[in-house]
Amino acid sequence: MLKQTEGSKAVAEAIALCRPEVICAYPISPQTHIVEALGEMVKSGELPKCEFINVESEFAAMSVAIGSSAAGARSYTATASQGLLFMVEAVYNASGLGLPIVMTVANRAIGAPINIWNDHSDSLSQRDSGWMQLFAETNQEAVDLHIQAFKLAEELSMPIMVCMDGFILTHAFERVDIPSQEQVDAYLPPFDPRQMLDPAEPISIGAMVGPEAFMEVKYLAHAKQLQALELIPQLAAEFKQTFGRDSGGLVRTYRADDAETMIVAMGSVLGTIKDVVDEMREQGHKVGVLGIISYRPFPLQQVREALVNCKRFLVLEKSLAVGMGGIVATDVRMAVRGTGLKGYTAIAGLGGRPIPKTSLHKLFLEAEQESLEPVTFVDLDWDAVNKQLERERQNRHSGPIAENMLHDKGMSTAAKFG
Amino acid sequence: MFEVRIHGRGGQGVVTATEMLSVAAFEEGRHAQAFPSFGSERTGAPVVAFCRIDDKEIRLREPIMQPDALIIQDPTLLHQINVFAGLKPEGYVLLNTHHSFESIGLGDFAKTLRPERLCTLPATELGLKHVGRPIPNVPLLAGFAALSGIIRLESVIKAINEKFSGKVAEGNVNAATEAYALVKKEMEERAHA
Repeated sequence: MLKQTEGSKAVAEAIALCRPEVICAYPISPQTHIVEALGEMVKSGELPKCEFINVESEFAAMSVAIGSSAAGARSYTATASQGLLFMVEAVYNASGLGLPIVMTVANRAIGAPINIWNDHSDSLSQRDSGWMQLFAETNQEAVDLHIQAFKLAEELSMPIMVCMDGFILTHAFERVDIPSQEQVDAYLPPFDPRQMLDPAEPISIGAMVGPEAFMEVKYLAHAKQLQALELIPQLAAEFKQTFGRDSGGLVRTYRADDAETMIVAMGSVLGTIKDVVDEMREQGHKVGVLGIISYRPFPLQQVREALVNCKRFLVLEKSLAVGMGGIVATDVRMAVRGTGLKGYTAIAGLGGRPIPKTSLHKLFLEAEQESLEPVTFVDLDWDAVNKQLERERQNRHSGPIAENMLHDKGMSTAAKFG
Repeated sequence: MFEVRIHGRGGQGVVTATEMLSVAAFEEGRHAQAFPSFGSERTGAPVVAFCRIDDKEIRLREPIMQPDALIIQDPTLLHQINVFAGLKPEGYVLLNTHHSFESIGLGDFAKTLRPERLCTLPATELGLKHVGRPIPNVPLLAGFAALSGIIRLESVIKAINEKFSGKVAEGNVNAATEAYALVKKEMEERAHA
């Protein structure tokens, strides 16, 4: 049913339609309305045969999800930011054990400095954790990806993060088509676990594995993600058959056919990018877009195919590998190795910095003219940065950077727009 | 695309107002996107929220920096921040006060805009009268419908009934209806003046 609703609320409804059996969450910031709404549905009886477990921390949330998934229950949780970091040990265990947990990550920055706003630092920090990661562009796609995620996770017996931009999507009211229970039931079969703890037929899950078998177990995790590269497009095609719309898949291009400059990005910023590309196309610039939906597994071949005919590409990412540059850009460059394509990286939107069209216009034109540095920090206040660097040169006791920066910029800036 | 920015203070229902505006637009078959300016939420602190309305899918995710309309839920904000920043010269302004633009010192500023697109409304009083709480958001939405014609009063009422129920819904519908009539009357009087 088509409705105007909040992203978090829409995702909660989608999760409920997937008939989860255990939902565990730690109900404090950084948490979204998703588990709050699910908690209400469990309590009211709207979501039957589901246990909502209020845990004492994010670490416990993932630990409980591991237990419930191993016991054969379809298990779900949601987190973001510092919450994800707090559960990291268990995050690796979930994937190492091959448990098909589905987790929403409402992408947010990681402190310090304390910041509650959106960027992709949190889930990208778990790049190598063995979890699959799919990025939604809109709230509709967030809904659709969650439905696909249970099927994907359970087929492979591997966990998956569905990533949606915190606040920008989770708190946005927009039009979303919530599928019917019949449609979801037709698409998503009941959970048939590949491994299950059952008192009637006791097994153990979680053996200690020494050097004689550890590499093989790890390789199998890699092999499963390679299988996911085949499975994700299939599931998206099946989804289209059942639900009648394109959602998910590995990558998606926009106005790319004759593009000389390709812009690569993940998540909701793709919408703004497409608007800018439309405007630039009207002025005759041959610009196109490559949206990456599946960040893990990373679709090297599809990214290469999407870029190989352009002249240059720019990866715009909401993440920073400190001391190195782009995170997504590194993978994209890996995909196009040997092609001789010029590649640029733009770091944008960290800690919720808005990414306005005007900045993107300027950036994309500079990419087209190949006048960009290899790594560009979009809308960085160089005066403020240089002032602090100078302060550090002048005075060994230069003080805390975050506090200095707030002072230099005037505390009122933070309050200006909220 | 039509872009609305609502300014107010924490506790005045600013975010709810943009959400309801988006629901009202949706009820008319239009695309709408409402989102808050994501900050720490504290009662009394300045709050901004945004709503875009269009006839096609809205993909843009930047904050609204050049609004077509401003709804200002708290006139004391005028002394604190530049609520008019980026307002288009053709833009609409609806201000919550029982004073006129002239009497609160905005006469000169008002002259730079189109007079038939400016209005004040005693929305806090309407909230108190009909709902028993000094929340101006719903009367201002109805006033905005009357001022701009961008949405219909019936759609605002539908949004109210989706958000609230029982006595609260009823009170808000009454507040909206009176607010709509007040702004319409004001606009008509000015047109004939």
